[in-house]
Formats: sequence, C-alpha cells, structure tokens
Amino acid sequence: MEKLPIALYIIPSLIMFCCGVYGFITRKNMIAILISLELMLNSVDINFVVFNRFLYPGQLEGMMFTLFAIAIAAAETALAIAIIVNIFRAVKNIDIRDLNKMKF
Amino acid sequence: MDYSQFLVMHQEIGLLVLILLIFLFDTFSSRQVPRGLSMFSVCLFGLLTVGGFVFPWDKAVASAFGGMYVTSPVMVAIKNVLNVGVFIVLLQSMNWADGEFMRIRRGEFYELLLITLFGMYLMISARHFLLFIIGLETASLPLAALVAFDKNRYESHEAAVKYILTAVFSSAIFMMGLSFVYALAGTLYFNDIAGACFGGDAMLIVAVAFVIAGFGFKLSLVPFHLWTADVYQGAPTAVTSYLSVISKGAAAFSFFVVMVQVFGPFYGKIWEWMLYALIILTITVGNLFALRQKNLKRFLAFSSISQAGYIMLGVISGSAQGLGSLIFYILVYIFSNLAAFGVISSIENKTGRVDMDSYNNLYSTNPRLAFTMMLAMFSLAGIPPFAGFFSKFFIFSAAVQPGTPALYILTLIALINTIISLYYYLLVVKAMFIKNQEECVIPAFRSTGSERLGMWICVAGIIFVGLFSCIYNSLISAAQMNTEYIFTLFAN
Repeated sequence: MEKLPIALYIIPSLIMFCCGVYGFITRKNMIAILISLELMLNSVDINFVVFNRFLYPGQLEGMMFTLFAIAIAAAETALAIAIIVNIFRAVKNIDIRDLNKMKF
Repeated sequence: MDYSQFLVMHQEIGLLVLILLIFLFDTFSSRQVPRGLSMFSVCLFGLLTVGGFVFPWDKAVASAFGGMYVTSPVMVAIKNVLNVGVFIVLLQSMNWADGEFMRIRRGEFYELLLITLFGMYLMISARHFLLFIIGLETASLPLAALVAFDKNRYESHEAAVKYILTAVFSSAIFMMGLSFVYALAGTLYFNDIAGACFGGDAMLIVAVAFVIAGFGFKLSLVPFHLWTADVYQGAPTAVTSYLSVISKGAAAFSFFVVMVQVFGPFYGKIWEWMLYALIILTITVGNLFALRQKNLKRFLAFSSISQAGYIMLGVISGSAQGLGSLIFYILVYIFSNLAAFGVISSIENKTGRVDMDSYNNLYSTNPRLAFTMMLAMFSLAGIPPFAGFFSKFFIFSAAVQPGTPALYILTLIALINTIISLYYYLLVVKAMFIKNQEECVIPAFRSTGSERLGMWICVAGIIFVGLFSCIYNSLISAAQMNTEYIFTLFAN
C-alpha cells in the first residue's frame, strides 16, 4: 500500500495550530478559547505521531510523547473547566471581556 | 529492571513521603486541633530542608532510567535553595493558613504547594523532554488551582483563569517547538539532540524560538509577561510569593540547562540574539511599568519581571560561572523578595491593605516592619552592603566574561536599568520613612511568631549571604563539578 506524502499530514496539522492561535486571540467565550487551546495541543500530537511514523519508523519515542501529551491536555482542560465554572458562579457569565477588573 | 535506581531520586522521594504524611495527617487528624496541620507541615518541611544540606553534595552524582533523570552537585544545590525558599513561604503563610476560611482547605493547600515543588525537582533533573514536560505541567497546573484558592474573592478567580489559559497556551507552543526538535533529531534526550541537529536550519530556528517563548511565559519575560501582574495581584499573597520566587527560580535553572545542553552548539548562530533582545526588553519594560504601580503586589510583580531579566544574564553567559551566579542570584532574590512579601502579607492579614498609599509613614507605627521592607528594597535595588549588590555584581561579571562587545553593551544597559529601578524601590522607602505629615492608616501591631521567624531568616539572608563568600564559592564549585550533565557539546 502506498503511503501518503508527509506534507499531507503536516500542513493540516500546522493549519490547525494556527487556527488554535487565532481562536485563542479572537474568541470572547472562555469555552471557545479552551477549544482553541485543544486544537493547538492536538496539532502537536499529530506532529509527533507523523514525524515518528515517517522519519523515524524504528522507534516509539514520539508515540510515547503523544500518549503523555494527551493525558496532560486532559488534565489541563479539566482544571480550566473547573476554574471557568467558578467564574460563572461569581459573575454569571463566561465572557472574557467581563474579566477586566485588574489591568495595567 | 533495577529498582535500586529509584534511590538516586532521594530528594524527590523524601518530598513525596512528606506529601503523603501530610495527606494522612490531614485525613486522620481530628478537626478539633486547630493548628496541628500547618505546624506539622512546616516542621516536617524544615527537617527536609536541613536534611538536604546535611547530605554530602559532591557525592550526589548519578543518572537513572536510561539517562532520563540525572543528579549532580549543582542540581542538589538548586533544590536546596528552593527548599529554603519554600520553607520561608510556608512560615509566612502559617497565619493565613490557620484562619477560619482555611479550616477545611488547609490540607489541600499544603499538598498542592508541595506537589508543584515536586514537579520543579523533576524539571531540574530531567534530561529527556518527556520527563521535563511532565515536571513542567506538574509544576504549573496545581499552581492554577492555588491561584484560585481564595474562593470568596473575585480577583482570585480572574487571576486563575488568566493563569491557566496562558499556561496552557505556552505549553502548547513549547510542545510544538519540541515536535520540530524531534523531527530534526529523532530523539528527545537532551544530549543526543545537541549531537544530531545541525545549525542554520530554518526549522531549528523556529523550534528554538518556540521553546524560548514557552519558557518566556513561565519566567514572565517581556513580551510574554502580560499575565504576571494580574495573577500576582489576584492570587492569595502566600501563593504570589511562591510564584514569584520558587517557580521562577526553578524555571530559570531549567531554562539554562535546556539552552546550554540542548541548543548549546547553536549559541552564537541562533539563540544568543533572541535572548539578547528578550533581556533588554524584559529589564526595561519591567522597570518602566513598575514606576506607575500603586498596588504593592503589582509593583512587586513588575519588579520581579525585571529581576527575571537580570537572571537571564546568567543564561546568556552560558558558562559554569554563569550557572553558579544564577543560583546565587536566585538565592538572594528569594531572601529579598520574600522579606518584602512577608511584610506585605502580615500587613494584609491584619488590615487587608496592599496599596502603597497606606504605607505612608509606616515607620511611626511599625518601625520593625518598615525596616525589614527597607532592607528588602535596598537588596532588590542592589545597594552595596546587602546581598542584592553581590548577586548583581556576580551575574554581571559572569555576563561580560565571554568578552564580546555585544555582551558589554548588554551589561551596560542592565546597569543603567539598575539605576532606574533604584527610583521606584526608593519610592516605597520614602513613603514609609519620609512622609511624616500624614497619619499612618496601619495601626501598630505585632505579627505572629511564624511570620517574625520568616522575616528574621530573610533579614539574616539579606545581610549575611553577600558577606560570607563561602556561599558563592561553594555554588561556583558545585557548578564546575560534573559538567558533563550540563555542558556537553557546548562550544561557546
């Protein structure tokens, strides 16, 4: 079976990463920001797996890293969701523009 | 598998046992004892700190898990320095932790705080990026929970959401950089990466930039510093002091290791100039923003940003002397910053005030606190008899040691910034001592025993650490021992 070229994996993954950065900067809803962050973390995972599979097929280091990165991303999301729930209890809103009591 | 290699991690295991003991004590002690837990934790941690110094440093050379984890005298030294800082933070937070609000949360506070310290230990000793990332996240995620600790204060939540979102963003960028490094080198071991990459590659430049950006968020270097002031202001003061010294110290040390060991061969080609720009920006912007702060916690946040810039001078020197003076700087910074935070937290516990105006004429009501704050400010600004002068002197001399004109100019810029920083540090001193016409809003009070002990340790550190040259000498000699764990392949 013929393999797809590596660019067909890497370019979508990089587009995903850039979408994540764009979303992180422009979104106003905290859950949407969190989804953007997930996009970024997942594109890292894709990168690691693809580099491992295509460039260094004999080893498993990238795959192992991906497994741990997924677990870490899950922990980060769980904690962020908990903090957002706290914010919602405090201000009844999860719009990031409302969190402007402290600045400069 | 040889399980005896776990014994190499004796410092981590000691800390883990301590966390478990605190957990068990928290679970099984009766709720009637009001202060048992905090006293128990502080005493145990004090024992651990002393034990770290008693253990012979120069014997501690070993690696475990196929080279993923190493320990050498300099790593034992930085862990001991961090231990001292955490011990002071725990002493200063005792009064807060004994309060009514903390009655059912006390255990969580100590466990989360010490688990972040465990993560920092792993960051310091890791020689493989997988273990490093795990340590980094173990160090930063519980801190987000700690920042959100003050459930009744709105600012605490706002600070926590800002901290967690930027922390996740920065670790995503950092891991993206790592994936490029992996593509180039095919391995994640620090040593092997340096041997497998070749300079001049565009992908390598992007990877180094991403890694520096990831560290920049943790160290709050400008332009990645925007979370710092808000988080420092919103977090409980105990957590703020922990964030500003311990977490910064551990990140600075591991930044040195990653830059020198992993990207060492590309020093002149790639990252010297990135770091150069970052240092100038960090010191200058940190100073300029500190000038206009009215809230003391925000003020110390910007001062800590510019101090991080000075610490980076040790990284850009890239030598064993730079590493030794970096650790010395962290030690002195721990004492001076924690003295300031000790005063702030004891006044905040008593009156709830953190703005600079309420410190006007503090000398008339609380002369001792005002004097401690003055010593801390003098040391942070680097006025000669105090330790801050010596730490700045050593880190400047390490930075000019390579002898290139660019580094001389960098040191000159840092020197000029020291004078600017003197202005705003002295503003606080002036408010406390010279504004005699106003009545001080802070009444005379006596701080609790633990707070006083913490401040005494800090004052002793500020006065004596610079004068006893044996401390600096032992740190330098620790940095020069077993250099194969850090300085492999580094061609300056």
